[in-house]
Amino acid sequence: MDMPKPNPTILARKSQLLDRLASFLPREALIHDPSETRAYECDGLTAYKCPPLAVVLPASTAEVSETLRICNDMGVPVVPRGAGTSLAGGALPTEDSVIIGVARMTEVLETDYDNRFIRVQTGRTNLSVTGAVEEDGFFYAPDPSSQLACAIAGNIAMNSGGAHCLKYGVTTNNLMGVTMVLMDGTVTEIGGAHLDAEGLDLLGLICGSEGQLGIVTEATLRILHKPEGARPVLIGYDSSEIAGQCVSDIIKAGVLPVAIEFMDRPCIRATEAFAGAGYPDCEALLIVEVEGSDAEIDEQLETIMDIARKHDPVELRQSSSEDESKRIWLGRKSAFGAMGKINDYMCLDGTIPVNELPYVLKRIGEMSKEYGLDVANVFHAGDGNMHPLILFDANKEGDLELCEELGAEILKLCVEVGGCLTGEHGVGIEKRDLMLHQYDPPDLEIQMAVKDVFDPKWLLNPAKVFPLASSDTRRIAAE
Amino acid sequence: MTLPGRCPGPRSIFGTMKALAPTSEAELAEMVASASEPLRIMGGGTRPIGVPVNGQPLTTSRLTGVTLYEPGALTLVVQAGTPVEEVRKTLAAEGQRLAFEPMDHRGLLGTTGEPTIGGVFAANVSGPRRIQAGAARDFLLGVRFVDGQGQVTRNGGRVMKNVTGYDLVKLMAGSYGTLGVLTELALKVLPASHHTATITLSGLDDTTAVAALSRALGSPFEITGAAHRQTADGPQTCLRIEGFEKSVAYRAGQIQTLLADLGAAKVETDPDTNTTLWQDIRDVACFHDGEGDIWRLSVKPSDAPGIKAQVDGAEALYDWGGGLVWLRVPQNTHADTIRAAVNAAGGHATLIRGNRAGGAFQPLSPPIAALQDGLRARFDPRGILNPGLMGRAA
Ligand SMILES: Cc1cc2nc3c(=O)[nH]c(=O)nc-3n(C[C@H](O)[C@H](O)[C@H](O)COP(=O)(O)OP(=O)(O)OC[C@H]3O[C@@H](n4cnc5c(N)ncnc54)[C@H](O)[C@@H]3O)c2cc1C
Ligand SMILES: Cc1cc2nc3c(=O)[nH]c(=O)nc-3n(C[C@H](O)[C@H](O)[C@H](O)COP(=O)(O)OP(=O)(O)OC[C@H]3O[C@@H](n4cnc5c(N)ncnc54)[C@H](O)[C@@H]3O)c2cc1C
Repeated sequence: MDMPKPNPTILARKSQLLDRLASFLPREALIHDPSETRAYECDGLTAYKCPPLAVVLPASTAEVSETLRICNDMGVPVVPRGAGTSLAGGALPTEDSVIIGVARMTEVLETDYDNRFIRVQTGRTNLSVTGAVEEDGFFYAPDPSSQLACAIAGNIAMNSGGAHCLKYGVTTNNLMGVTMVLMDGTVTEIGGAHLDAEGLDLLGLICGSEGQLGIVTEATLRILHKPEGARPVLIGYDSSEIAGQCVSDIIKAGVLPVAIEFMDRPCIRATEAFAGAGYPDCEALLIVEVEGSDAEIDEQLETIMDIARKHDPVELRQSSSEDESKRIWLGRKSAFGAMGKINDYMCLDGTIPVNELPYVLKRIGEMSKEYGLDVANVFHAGDGNMHPLILFDANKEGDLELCEELGAEILKLCVEVGGCLTGEHGVGIEKRDLMLHQYDPPDLEIQMAVKDVFDPKWLLNPAKVFPLASSDTRRIAAE
Repeated sequence: MTLPGRCPGPRSIFGTMKALAPTSEAELAEMVASASEPLRIMGGGTRPIGVPVNGQPLTTSRLTGVTLYEPGALTLVVQAGTPVEEVRKTLAAEGQRLAFEPMDHRGLLGTTGEPTIGGVFAANVSGPRRIQAGAARDFLLGVRFVDGQGQVTRNGGRVMKNVTGYDLVKLMAGSYGTLGVLTELALKVLPASHHTATITLSGLDDTTAVAALSRALGSPFEITGAAHRQTADGPQTCLRIEGFEKSVAYRAGQIQTLLADLGAAKVETDPDTNTTLWQDIRDVACFHDGEGDIWRLSVKPSDAPGIKAQVDGAEALYDWGGGLVWLRVPQNTHADTIRAAVNAAGGHATLIRGNRAGGAFQPLSPPIAALQDGLRARFDPRGILNPGLMGRAA
């Protein structure tokens, strides 16, 4: 994975930059000692590391604005950072860049139950947004598995999703407004407590722009009242084809579960050994969850179980207690952890049309044999967002490269069948060089033209999202 | 006989100039690339909106047809000029629908013509179910469009979750043909619901009504419509519930209990009556007859009654739990009052019917206006796509 060479002029002006930043930032907000900047050398994609020139941890929008103004003035690249859990290398710094991290900006600014929104500083973690309204019966719907750690800032930048997005949507569907600082320090307000922001849909554009258009410091988020209850059912099948058919039939029947999760045999076995959720040993396992009052849940599960029975399941088990529901979900939620116990793994994130599920699983199986690397599958089946986990040995010479190669092949397969490279983790550096498999040059050109408008000098997170060769002329012209 | 690529069309829609009517995306791209004057982009022309545009009309009405429909994957790919009615029928045959419930503007605006699916998304029109299901833009998965240079571009795809690159899909939704001409759309569709019930409270003043709607929307009972309107029988506050039969009955009961302090509620479960009721709200039927300017306000729900009260003599229809306010005022009056009130509270107001020459949309803050002008300059450097429609000339 290539990153652009650091700009020597910037490295040479480090002390001048630090002086200007120190002139208005409190001591604890400016980190530049190499022993401390190392903590910021990577995000969740730990295979790639590089400490930044400096790290700024502002406490306010005004401090973000002033920092950006100075960096813009001096031509210093800026890498925005939330909690650093990105799996795509979105928050990976370069040697000549300043990280602006929002980790100290965690306040709840306004909670309004009548109008069903909460306004927070974006350094707040996803789970603690729900935490702030939970006692009053409300929640914030998008629930990435990393929700304990990841920040709203990163959620917005990556348009993150979660297990329950089949019903509630991903971040972009739950974001009502932002305060965003442009690279030149201009503070903008977009949207707010009303629906459908005015003018062109800049809010929709910013969500998922991977920190390349501005730094988001505050966000207005939609909150909902918690459902009265929820209950999952476990369905096991002897073939993934039949499981795929069952998913499709459930969707067609007009029931809208909050989640339909899928695990294959390798994943079931690893998870079972780790969490003991009581999963059956079968080829394909579905967890389908519905919400409502007890009677409503019964009504929906009846329909779902009728459909499941028509496909001859090897296991069909409705959770009968709160405890059992928790155990069922614990298995699924600890799948990544379980795989991590037995191996190093790389987690892919392509999305496919759900009807292509059986074909894609079959092909992944074949490719896994070709490459001699095991692949376990666990994913959001309702929306086709796959998470193949490729197992490899980081200590073995060449294994990482082989794994990356197989990963790229699987993602190309996703695109081939009508899907995309990434459903929720983002492009970052990881999938940057695959972008031309999904898009033609003019499609990328117009996306880069959008960045030109927000960040004419290409200083914000410049080496991400677009293949380096495609963004070359822009980044170099900007220097 | 009509010439290929030309479409006569009624004068009321196309004005005196004959519309360009490409029959393929390639032909459309060629027409845009070689255009030497501004183009007025139209679907069916049923929703003249924004500042009126002078230019050569160009209609997508001949780019029609369903390209792909996968009911089991809840996805539909369709050409932009396809009549909305055709989309509706295609989906209904599989028990599915466009969940965001877009309105039909013809009654309100006195227009004729065949509304197109491209027009729906170009204007990001969503009806009562927007509060629960999301807006039109939330159901748009992918687009193909022709930009102002005649370049064909695509963004997004046909899968439910996609964060590959920037989300230009959202940007194109609601851009009113000022960034590009949509040619093909991939949509997420949803199952239609089996049963509907509407709980109606009578005689509430606006403030009490919006508070009641908020209380219901803040409950776990999944309201899919929340409106307050004036009728010949006085004010009515309506809450819609949809789903399976037992569940609908249960939730209707819970809502009645929740709002029991506000007087006896009436519960309507007849399908046809419900359809008509919510269509009337969706299409603002109460303002179809008679004169007056029509404004559409998007505000924080609890601000809505106060804003309405500042506009002397205005009549109001509240949808989206109060967050969407339709106001009728005498012709050419109150524009400044409405803009100022919305500006102070936060939100935006659009003049839908009336003299729109001075600007139809809420003026934007200078940094946002600069970003939007910048985007238009990139997507349409010659400034030929609906120039000035959204308020600032390119
Ligand atoms: C175990 C594990 C499980 C995960 N599960 C999921 C999952 O289920 N669903 C899912 O969608 N993701 C998942 N992720 C990925 C990751 O958690 C998300 O992408 C998350 O939203 C990143 O948030 P963060 O605060 O850690 O952002 P960071 O990693 O700090 O940054 C992510 C991106 O956001 C940008 N950014 C950060 N702050 C700002 C800001 N203030 N303004 C503008 N841009 C900014 C960065 O530049 C970077 O490009 C998982 C990750 C892990 C490690
Ligand atoms: C009986 C009936 C029922 C209806 N029910 C529904 C329903 O259930 N679901 C539904 O979705 N709609 C429904 N509507 C219609 C709908 O809400 C709109 O009135 C209609 O779609 C507007 O389309 P149009 O083609 O007339 O737009 P126009 O008035 O031609 O255009 C509106 C705006 O969009 C721009 N524009 C139009 N097409 C494009 C394009 N391809 N690319 C870029 N910009 C473009 C124009 O420049 C203009 O600014 C219904 C209509 C009727 C008559």
